Amino acid sequence: MTATTTNAADRRTPHSGGTGRAGTGQAGPNRPRLPGRLRRVGLPYLLLLPALLLELLVHLVPMVFGILMSFKELTQFFIRDWTSAPWSGFDNYRVSVDFDAPIGQALLHSFFVTIGFTVLSVGLAWLIGTTAAVYMQENFRGRGILRAVFLTPYALPVYAAVITWAFMFQRDNGLVNHVLGDQLGLTDGHTFWLIGDNSFVALLTVHVWKLWPFAFLIIMAGLQNIPRELYEAASIDGAGIWQQIRRITLPSLRSVNQVLVLVLFLWTFNDFNTPYVLFGKSAPEAADLVSIHIYQASFVTWNFGTGSAMSVLLLLFLLVVTAVYLVLTSRGRKAADV
Amino acid sequence: MRRLRAAAVIATVTALSAAATACGGGTSTGGGSNDSPKTLTYWASNQGPDVQADKKILTPELKKFEKQTGIKVKLEVVPWSDLLNRILAATTSGQGPDVLNIGNTWSSSLQATGALVPWDSAQYAKIGGKDRFTASAVGSTGAEGKDPAAVPLYSMAFALYYNKQMFKDAGISTPPATWDELVADGKKISKGGKFALGAEGSNPVENIHQTFVLGKQHGADFFDAKGNPTFTSPGAVAAVKQYVDFMAKDKIIAPGNAEYSQNQSLEDFAKNKTAMVLWQNASTTFEAHGMKASDWGVAPVPVASGKPGFGKQVNSMVAGINIAIFKNTKNLKGATDFVKFMTSTDEQKVLCKAYANIPPVKDAQSDPAFSTPEATALKNTLLTSAAPLPQVPNESQYETAVGTAVKSLFTDAASGRPVTTDSVKAALTKAEQQMPKS
Repeated sequence: MTATTTNAADRRTPHSGGTGRAGTGQAGPNRPRLPGRLRRVGLPYLLLLPALLLELLVHLVPMVFGILMSFKELTQFFIRDWTSAPWSGFDNYRVSVDFDAPIGQALLHSFFVTIGFTVLSVGLAWLIGTTAAVYMQENFRGRGILRAVFLTPYALPVYAAVITWAFMFQRDNGLVNHVLGDQLGLTDGHTFWLIGDNSFVALLTVHVWKLWPFAFLIIMAGLQNIPRELYEAASIDGAGIWQQIRRITLPSLRSVNQVLVLVLFLWTFNDFNTPYVLFGKSAPEAADLVSIHIYQASFVTWNFGTGSAMSVLLLLFLLVVTAVYLVLTSRGRKAADV
Repeated sequence: MRRLRAAAVIATVTALSAAATACGGGTSTGGGSNDSPKTLTYWASNQGPDVQADKKILTPELKKFEKQTGIKVKLEVVPWSDLLNRILAATTSGQGPDVLNIGNTWSSSLQATGALVPWDSAQYAKIGGKDRFTASAVGSTGAEGKDPAAVPLYSMAFALYYNKQMFKDAGISTPPATWDELVADGKKISKGGKFALGAEGSNPVENIHQTFVLGKQHGADFFDAKGNPTFTSPGAVAAVKQYVDFMAKDKIIAPGNAEYSQNQSLEDFAKNKTAMVLWQNASTTFEAHGMKASDWGVAPVPVASGKPGFGKQVNSMVAGINIAIFKNTKNLKGATDFVKFMTSTDEQKVLCKAYANIPPVKDAQSDPAFSTPEATALKNTLLTSAAPLPQVPNESQYETAVGTAVKSLFTDAASGRPVTTDSVKAALTKAEQQMPKS
């Protein structure tokens, strides 16, 4: 099945490219014709050029600046003209990874918090998204409305949504304690959610709530591509629902999941908005994500050099994880194709 | 598959680059010009109950200025949570307003960036000279020995606001003058879901305002003469412990206040849930919450013993707002004229009345509007017993580092974990180690 999807995808690519070429050829009979080969090879690149330029301007140039800054002693004395800040070599990196000193220790702590947060967030968002998408495959009354409701968290402005959660998590006046304590009797109704250790649970809840609709949307799209006949054939052969999910649904979604999990991972690892809106500039220790930590180093203690070094370290970590992930999944993928 | 892998790579690059994109940079030089003499951009800090209220108060005044000078002022009211970052971004890019408000405690930190026009005597002379302003307000405009980075615009001080009815119900006739009295009164009041004192435990800046003053009373500064942090000095530790102990040991602050950071303690006060708050110029906020002026009273913030004064008797920081000119202005003359207008005696009366502040301009203080009991208490505090926060370049980092340490101690207190001299010292040690080298 997976092979079928891939072939179909591969077949479509050259086909659509072909249409494009034919179109250009017909449109300009009076234009000076580029040599055939140049046109064939050059045009796609020409079309990519604006995107490449934008990518360069929006991402790569600031990234290079960020890397440069990480080698400078960039404090408030130099931010007006950061190029004049003195070089500090690898000092900023040394401070960041000196795990015996407070700055390094705090960074390491926030790194582990972020790992735990990311694994749990992505796992839960994926699980909820997949379950919901599988259920939504069936035709039933009200399915459209339910789908729209499911997507609400994804569609809401982040700030408004998270600030509402912050209100709900308030100890004395919040809805969460009211429901858990007064209505369900599960707690004494005086639990702190926004400070102390529970802040991790609060952060996780809000982030998963915000994240899973995206997983749901992508998996639902992936499910549409699985031919119904496969399920029909399987059920004639006596396969139950679990077997169908295990043997048909999940393998067919493999490619979709590969991208989905990667994107969810990167978004979560870098998530800044949720903790910032929920906790402000100083997050509780239990919910001190790396993104907030770097923000603090840069914009609160005004040590932009160290903040940049931490960013670069984070970038390297994410690059390595992503590379390993892509290699591993494509290897598994090849094995499945064979 | 190939397409998917390409998508994965693009997604990766896009998501990753967000990680490494630190603040953008731009170079800027020069100290202002007069290239566009007919316009000014002004970033006002949010002083009133909300941004709209500020616009309503300021717009007619800016029109007045336009009528006088022909200069049109574009106003932007910036909320406090954004202001410092906005100023930093403007400093880095060189693209900022012409004139801006800054919190007076940031003066030295921002002075160190070199982004603000220095107020040497020639520049000060253009607005009538330094002597027009109160000394305490001028003390919060930059590091000692350097030309100030800003001019005082609004002055504020801390006072003890108390709920008259709650005091009466507890059989207390006069507000406490010392901390011992405050704790004793507080224990009488803190019963049946009501508490004596409010705090904003999760707001680092507010924690600083309170612990700085207590630090002064314990004979401690948070920095030494060279500008190095001394957060773990015995006086500083005692000050922080005393403040957190109001919740941990004395139990006169409600544990829920540990998570307050949006001025919820003022709302509790207005709703008769808390009997006292230590606050600056709180009357407009109380009114906004529906409290009548006759419902509350004002007294000086308590001291350890005796009466408020300088030295160990300090009972307030010099709170307030300064007005500064951004060095990249294209209308230095107009900007200076605007500062002159905003700090003129007449205008000071109008603005400080509207915001219930104390004018830092001496002549304006004689207006009867500044003789109400609240204004008198605040004025006297500024005059006799308020000290400016440390005027060192790392001041804003101190606010965050120590303020966050106090926040975590409040979390301990609220969750029933012990707050000891050792745990306070440990938290402050960590804060000190996080400070950048100065």
